Amino acid sequence: MTRIGVLALQGDVSEHVLAMQRALFGRGEVLEIRRPGEISGCDGLVLPGGESTSISRQLEISGMAQELKAAARSGMPILATCAGLVLVSREIEGDAKVRPLGLMDIKVDRNAFGPQRESFEADLQVEGFDRPYRAVFIRAPAIVDVGRRVQVLARIGEVVVGARQDNLLALAFHPELTEDMRFHQIFQKMLEA
Amino acid sequence: MALHAVPADIRKMGGVARMADPAVIESIIDAVTIPVMAKARIGHFVEAQILEAIGVDMVDESEVLTPADEFHIEKTKFAIPFVCGARNLGEACRRIKEGAAMIRTKGEAGTGDVSQAVLHMRKIQGQIKSLKGMDDLQLMKVAREIEADLDLVVECARMQRLPVVNFAAGGVATPADAALMMQLGADGVFVGSGIFKSEEPAAMASAIVQAVHHYDQPEILARVSKGLGAAMKGLDAASIPEGEVLQTRGW
Repeated sequence: MTRIGVLALQGDVSEHVLAMQRALFGRGEVLEIRRPGEISGCDGLVLPGGESTSISRQLEISGMAQELKAAARSGMPILATCAGLVLVSREIEGDAKVRPLGLMDIKVDRNAFGPQRESFEADLQVEGFDRPYRAVFIRAPAIVDVGRRVQVLARIGEVVVGARQDNLLALAFHPELTEDMRFHQIFQKMLEA
Repeated sequence: MALHAVPADIRKMGGVARMADPAVIESIIDAVTIPVMAKARIGHFVEAQILEAIGVDMVDESEVLTPADEFHIEKTKFAIPFVCGARNLGEACRRIKEGAAMIRTKGEAGTGDVSQAVLHMRKIQGQIKSLKGMDDLQLMKVAREIEADLDLVVECARMQRLPVVNFAAGGVATPADAALMMQLGADGVFVGSGIFKSEEPAAMASAIVQAVHHYDQPEILARVSKGLGAAMKGLDAASIPEGEVLQTRGW
């Protein structure tokens, strides 16, 4: 049975657990990952949205940052949304408080769109989708630079808001908050590969 | 949370407590990378408009400040989310109906006495549990009794929790207090005076974060509770004269 872990240090953990359960149709187990030693037992991992400084600090304090890096290098599929996208990046623009895990060759601007009042929804044209995808952006980050190995999936204006690099799927928005499960389906294909 | 003084000091100072100076709140927004919340008086929608205009991420419509109106703010009219205090399910549902995106069980702010936070959390959790198995007519009767919107009562009955995030606040002063509120079913805790009135605020804040994360692990709670210096001296909530109780503000 497929075991998907949702990193549960801070953020919208319960929303991700519910969305992933929905996506798996009962053909898998979704676990909250709170402590060292729990990541390696998973087949896939979700890094939820939340507050990236807080999650980063907890990853470092708990020693789970190293485990997460090892899991990513071993090829474990990882779905990183919003704050999760900030964490997997190689570089963060003008900010030293978050320690990026350097798993994906992207440079990120935290809160690229502004504070809470600038949160929004938008219809995205996504690579490989036959109709637009309605995405929810909450104090969202944006990818401002991508490396050669990164496949861009969606943009808003100049910035990238969805990208994939091998076993990593990074989204600046919240696929767990809408009914459209097409990004979860991509993640499922990554699990099967 | 941006406010001009922590609740323990607001209690001592007396007088009218209002929204903090926007310049102070802006300097906090500039100094940190995390979301910033600020307090507005109950019903003072212009204070809330000002907070939204300067880029605050969330407003706490708080009984810690002196209420401006018998009505609460019409929160659905704002782009940013609000948190509101509640002592029971009826109060929580009324605030959610007005547009609150988060509920904070009130407790008694600035006391360091967790008993009221426990009382209000137990009350709400107990009321929701009692809805289980009720039919539509029974739920309608409850909604009428607690003066709550029927659809919200039905949703609470079905979900067996509030349909929004539920924080605990008002008297949390130690890592053990924080873990207690989590074990009682809180989604998180707010701590203000409990940190800033302790002997070692930074150590206390860090320990409380760890306690919330590991709330059901007594060994870890024991470790993080060690050597933090004195917690805030505090005030027995039962000894507060009636006119100085904050939790009864709002309805």
